[in-house]
Amino acid sequence: MTETKEIKFNEETLELVQRIIKRYPEGKQKSALLPLLHLAQAEFDGWLSAPTMDYVASLLNILPIEVYEVASFYSMYNLKPVGKCVIEVCRTSSCWLMGAEDIIKYLENKLSIKAGETTEDGMFSIKTVECLGSCGTAPMMMCGSQFHEKLSFEKVDNILDKLKSDDKRKTYFDAVVVEDY
Amino acid sequence: MGKKILLKHDHVSGIQGYEVYRKMGGYTSVERALKNMTPNEVTEEVKKSGLRGRGGAGFPTGLKWSFMAKPKGVKRYLVCNADESEPGTFKDRYLMSRIPHLLIEGMIASSYALGANTAYIYIRGEFFYIARILENAINEAYANGWLGKNILDSNYSLDLFVHTGAGAYICGEETALLESLEGKRGNPRIKPPFPAVKGAWDCPTVVNNVETIAAVVPIINDGGEAYSKVGIGKSTGTKLISASGHINKPGVYEIEMGITVEDFIYSDEYCGGILNGKKLKAVVAGGSSVPILPADLILKTANGKPRLMSYESLADGGFTTGTMLGSGGFIVMDETTSIVKNLWNFTRFYHHESCGQCSPCREGTAWMEKVLHKILDGQGSLTDIDLLWEIQRKIEGNTICPLGEAAAWPVASAIRHFKSEFEEYVKNPSSINDVKHYFEVNKLEMA
Amino acid sequence: MPKVTIDGKTIEVADGTTILQAARMLGKEVAPPAMCFYTNLKTSGGYCRTCLVKVSKGSDKDPRPMPKLVASCRTPIMDGMEVQNNTSPEVIDARKGVVEFLLINHPLDCPVCDQAGECHLQDLSYENGSAKTRTEFERRTFNKIEIGNKIQLHMTRCILCYRCVKVAEQITDGRVHGVINRGDHSEISTYIEEVIDNDFSGNVIDVCPVGALTDKTFRFKSRVWFTKPMSAHRTCDKCSGKVTLWYQGDEVLRTTGRKDQWGEVEEFICNTCRFDKKLTSDWTIEGPTIVDKHSVISANHYEGMIIPNELTLNDIKKLPLLEKNTDGNTEF
Repeated sequence: MTETKEIKFNEETLELVQRIIKRYPEGKQKSALLPLLHLAQAEFDGWLSAPTMDYVASLLNILPIEVYEVASFYSMYNLKPVGKCVIEVCRTSSCWLMGAEDIIKYLENKLSIKAGETTEDGMFSIKTVECLGSCGTAPMMMCGSQFHEKLSFEKVDNILDKLKSDDKRKTYFDAVVVEDY
Repeated sequence: MGKKILLKHDHVSGIQGYEVYRKMGGYTSVERALKNMTPNEVTEEVKKSGLRGRGGAGFPTGLKWSFMAKPKGVKRYLVCNADESEPGTFKDRYLMSRIPHLLIEGMIASSYALGANTAYIYIRGEFFYIARILENAINEAYANGWLGKNILDSNYSLDLFVHTGAGAYICGEETALLESLEGKRGNPRIKPPFPAVKGAWDCPTVVNNVETIAAVVPIINDGGEAYSKVGIGKSTGTKLISASGHINKPGVYEIEMGITVEDFIYSDEYCGGILNGKKLKAVVAGGSSVPILPADLILKTANGKPRLMSYESLADGGFTTGTMLGSGGFIVMDETTSIVKNLWNFTRFYHHESCGQCSPCREGTAWMEKVLHKILDGQGSLTDIDLLWEIQRKIEGNTICPLGEAAAWPVASAIRHFKSEFEEYVKNPSSINDVKHYFEVNKLEMA
Repeated sequence: MPKVTIDGKTIEVADGTTILQAARMLGKEVAPPAMCFYTNLKTSGGYCRTCLVKVSKGSDKDPRPMPKLVASCRTPIMDGMEVQNNTSPEVIDARKGVVEFLLINHPLDCPVCDQAGECHLQDLSYENGSAKTRTEFERRTFNKIEIGNKIQLHMTRCILCYRCVKVAEQITDGRVHGVINRGDHSEISTYIEEVIDNDFSGNVIDVCPVGALTDKTFRFKSRVWFTKPMSAHRTCDKCSGKVTLWYQGDEVLRTTGRKDQWGEVEEFICNTCRFDKKLTSDWTIEGPTIVDKHSVISANHYEGMIIPNELTLNDIKKLPLLEKNTDGNTEF
């Protein structure tokens, strides 16, 4: 969270940005805003600071407020600093029926933080989220874009241990293991 | 075994990749359409098939396609709605991650029918890894000549892109989805105009669900008539049902429409009965938005007929005693489930997901959550139950988009069928033994 | 030209006319209230739902009624359409619901709100609301943000009509404010504190139906019903220069655009005219502004008075309505 660097995508990402913009009709480059914000969040410490959003606005030649409006609408964008691993726990419907609240409580106790908070070492944040479409394998949580399904306390322990052993910030762009159904 | 059309090959090893998919007969619908059929003929087959939108509304797909305006010199778009966010629904996720090429194939054939040369798959941001699976499949399709310029020397060209959302249930509503595709907040548009006239970037656009588009493939391959013979009445074909909750075998099942609900819940081919041998209490049959039904009414209609898994049978009795097939998100609750708490969970969801554009939904969803919270906290009164009923009634039908109804119906149906449970919470709050634990975890979110 | 019947009154209108516009042509007895629609702002309307009406007959061609109530401000007339507004109990009931929704989080701080007396939410609630409140929950609050030294933002009073956003989008360049967050957390904001400063930014005050955006130069100076509106104009290179000056004694307390009988500004004015020209000598006075609203502002003010074409400051001073009494308050 103290990581500070110049807000500018690297060359490779800038090329990707141009390719993304080309997916949409000419003059409609604002359409690339959501994908670009995902890229920015992944590249700039896992959250969207005002300067980061201003930078994205400049890339798309749109007004900064247009970016703030959008970034604050969608729940996947973090507008405050978060831990290196954001644990997004589903709390809705089938996950709730199958014990999501116990999982959330277990995580909170284990990490000594509440949902919405970040551990002191900046490693973990817990975020409760609405249905992630994993109802048949409930309860579940997501780290990066990896789904962890059919959770039990033991499984949560194992996942946390594994996550702790890797210091790299998790992003939605990380490769995942797809479990067999 | 029931009839399988979409998931015929879902367990074939390597079906995610192009080679195996093609070997199993993949992309023949594109060959057939582009070589032997005009776009109108494809649309006619879809009309003949009786296919209805699988996202929840059940609107006839062929008819929706025929509404597409075709002004000269204006681009047209097909957008696939892969925003699957309706609680209890995970069939599209399964289909896309398992057989991504089926969706790509359907997109090509459907875009051809609609005269679209650019198409998008709008996928919810949380399915980031599936977006990558789809992008890989799209690259394979380009590499093998199924996408790009002059496909199969037919003079037809198509570009297909994946667009990721970023966490908003409302983007499953087709006009909110288009706003989001345009890089804006997911605020539903005020209709008219409808997307078929003024959609993405003001151009005529059709938005279809993943499963709907996938179903176009077998319809072209085997003909609309053959498809229409599967199923029952106006519920033609098969439907992917996402089964979850207190059942022995949760998962995605392809069913032929018309099997009984009882068979679906209790047979080993499907849900395999209630978890831990408990009794069935209630079912939400079509995703969290549709009315909840108690066990007796989900198994049998009010006039004693067995309830079937079809649009018509599930709706039998209207909202008084029936429900909807919706998106096919089949959530089963056993006898230990608190309907009031479950309702609060749903209501919190709608409160969280309301876009905030129109007043009844913005204010009403939050208000309902607060009243339910108060009841669960042991502070409720009998008038609070009436108030809840009143609030949902004032939301229903008065909002810009169907999220208002989606929030109102669960409240109305829970009170309609389980009023005594609400009254018990109000009259005897000490009976709510685990409420305290519950609220430690779930603090009420005050705005 | 399509014909429409609203509450039993029939009118022929131009193609593309909305139900609300047609109803306004028929007069205020049949016109639904509107909190977010604004004639001069494109794509406005549809959000607040106060103008919901029942379409009991779609058109001559397709006479089926519309299944739900529709927002009259965004629904175009079809030939032969039949609409019920005040004659439909369903509409009245739904509107009552909308008013209740708009009020459950409103602070009801009318006694200290500068908008009081010309607030559309006050009128709406009075005319369509219920006398009782059924909510007992804490009302929504927001972190206060400053948006400059001319415009005051009170987010708690906002009903999210989007008018001010559309003003910024359509008549100013470089919009810096918008609606951020989602659902009932939505708010009008600049996100990071930024001054809304632009030649035409002051118009957000005029279009705001409630006291969410008020004129800081007028703040707590007087209740609006103690001030006297006068139509005036000046030569301005940015706008039409046609305004309403709100006087107390011979002091101009506030300047606004001129509003029509629906409370909508006829022509947007620039910030120079609005904020910087507060002397009578800056203006050519046309005469008292007719306020066609059952408001204390208009009550008996000008009865029997002949309105001259142009007045000088001396003429104004001679007018009985601008004489000060011994308390320094204006006497009517």
